Amino acid sequence: MSQRRVVVIDDHDMFRAGVRSEIGTAVEIVGEGSDVDSAVKAIVGTEPDVVLLDVHLPGGGGTEVMKQVHQRHPEVKFLALSVSDAAEDVIGVIRAGARGYVTKNISGAELVDAIGRVADGDAVFSPRLAGFVLDAFSGAIDIASVDEDLDRLSQREREVLRLIARGYAYKEVARELFISVKTVETHVSSVLRKLQLSNRHELTRWATDRRLV
Amino acid sequence: MVAGVAGGVADHLGVSDTVVRLVLIATTVFGGFGVLIYAALWFLMPLGTPAVPATPGLAAHTRGGLRTDQPPPQPVTEAKERKKEKSRSQVLALVVVGIGLLLLLQVAGLGIAGKMFWPLVFAGTGLALIWRQADESQKAQWARDVRVPILGIVLGKGGWKSLIRIAVGLILIGTAITVFLVQNGRLSMVGDVLVALLLAVIGIGVIAGPWAHRLTRDLNAERAERVRSQERADMAAHLHDSVLQTLALIQKQANDPKAVARLARSQERELRTWLYDEDDKTDQTLSGAAKRAAAEVEDSHGVPVEVVTVGDCELSEPLSSMVRAARESMVNAAKHSGADKIDVFVEVDGDRAEIFVRDRGKGFDVDGVADDRLGLRHSVMGRMERHGGRATVRSDPETGTEVRLEMDR
Repeated sequence: MSQRRVVVIDDHDMFRAGVRSEIGTAVEIVGEGSDVDSAVKAIVGTEPDVVLLDVHLPGGGGTEVMKQVHQRHPEVKFLALSVSDAAEDVIGVIRAGARGYVTKNISGAELVDAIGRVADGDAVFSPRLAGFVLDAFSGAIDIASVDEDLDRLSQREREVLRLIARGYAYKEVARELFISVKTVETHVSSVLRKLQLSNRHELTRWATDRRLV
Repeated sequence: MVAGVAGGVADHLGVSDTVVRLVLIATTVFGGFGVLIYAALWFLMPLGTPAVPATPGLAAHTRGGLRTDQPPPQPVTEAKERKKEKSRSQVLALVVVGIGLLLLLQVAGLGIAGKMFWPLVFAGTGLALIWRQADESQKAQWARDVRVPILGIVLGKGGWKSLIRIAVGLILIGTAITVFLVQNGRLSMVGDVLVALLLAVIGIGVIAGPWAHRLTRDLNAERAERVRSQERADMAAHLHDSVLQTLALIQKQANDPKAVARLARSQERELRTWLYDEDDKTDQTLSGAAKRAAAEVEDSHGVPVEVVTVGDCELSEPLSSMVRAARESMVNAAKHSGADKIDVFVEVDGDRAEIFVRDRGKGFDVDGVADDRLGLRHSVMGRMERHGGRATVRSDPETGTEVRLEMDR
């Protein structure tokens, strides 16, 4: 398998250098960017497999980069990276089109793994993101008003997410539920799709209300 | 209902707004004090600030243009609809009550002489419209805290609707004046009076306008500056108390990598909480208590503990025991498993609370737990059973250990 071509977008030089030294041998880093404009330029110029995208970026943030790139190149895949872990940002960046979300203290090996997964078209859910999603889709659902599949998670999807939130890797989830890893990936991708497409207002309201609960 | 005074008072006192309104109405009936009280409160009461304050970190990122603040992009039509309905019904109620009161006064003979009646009604309605508009736009302005030209104080951001409201108000007042003058047989004076009035208004506007404008702008600037310097002071205090102290400690222990990592991690956690987390409710909720327990274990044993929570509930006595059992499980994992990370998952779903504590360590033989592992038998399983819960442990050398605690709350 040829190496994944990756663009790293972050406004901290130090972080980019760190990522380069940590995963530079496992993937091919073809470009870098430090703000929205340079990021868009680097991505459009190199057409990488995966973009590692900082959520907080001068010029409007990571969501702005995704918006501009996806207008012309909807096939580019983004993996969001952040230090913040704030629910608004995590859900926001996923809804803006990222295929996954990891925090910056992720280990190099895990990051390479996540890049591969995103490049293959799968979704990367950290335990925290799984927790946020469960939280967002649970509780306040008014069953009577749910008429679309998009608006809720299936029993199986919930099970998968709960295991991920408990710290299980996809492989461990598969073993626990007696299903294949591929099936786990399918479930997670389907959750991602629901998260991006569902226009339940609870979802957005949840993200803003969360701090008040 | 006019300016939200009753609602505000009700909020403050923690009683139903209906009660407050009834009291106001009662005082109005007996001598008209209610109206006075209402008016006074309208002027004196601080405006409510319904805006959700962002955490310092998010606010800073937003200011720096590092993120785009996403306004709820999706349909909130339902809520809006309801709000509209409410305000419509409020207006209707106001109108009906007003008409009722007027008719009552007329019938009781206490009313104003017939000649004066309709002009007064017109003028009153017109004034009410303009006042209400000004009040609303002022609220909007204060909420956004931007400087707005003088005209904006009246017009606000209401767009054409507010223009219509003001126009209708002006027309009504004009009608009132006209009718008054007509009835007094001095129609010829209407033109003169209107021109004089207009000139007076323009004159006052020209004289006082720039001054008032400058005054508002200065006030806004000063307020913003004060807020900024307060924020700076808070930030400095916080950095001193936490970050500087930790950095000093780290320098002292530079030759002990484990201690340094622990200090850095605990400082990171604290800073993260301060920047991005909601209010500290550690002592009141299950997830808060679990997070604190995890932090304590992390600090005392030097193993990172990742906590993910879904849902939350108030911390009852049995649930506190559950958290203590979870803490004991974390300590076990940190001490014995050899894992470099512990995952904790707290979920409250309906009436059920569950906590999972998982490590990818070397595992142990659950059935053969020896007496030296009293912690598991007593502090975890025994404690859960005493409080009507259940603990199950699964462990094997390959996948590590997972303790599952369940309890109905």
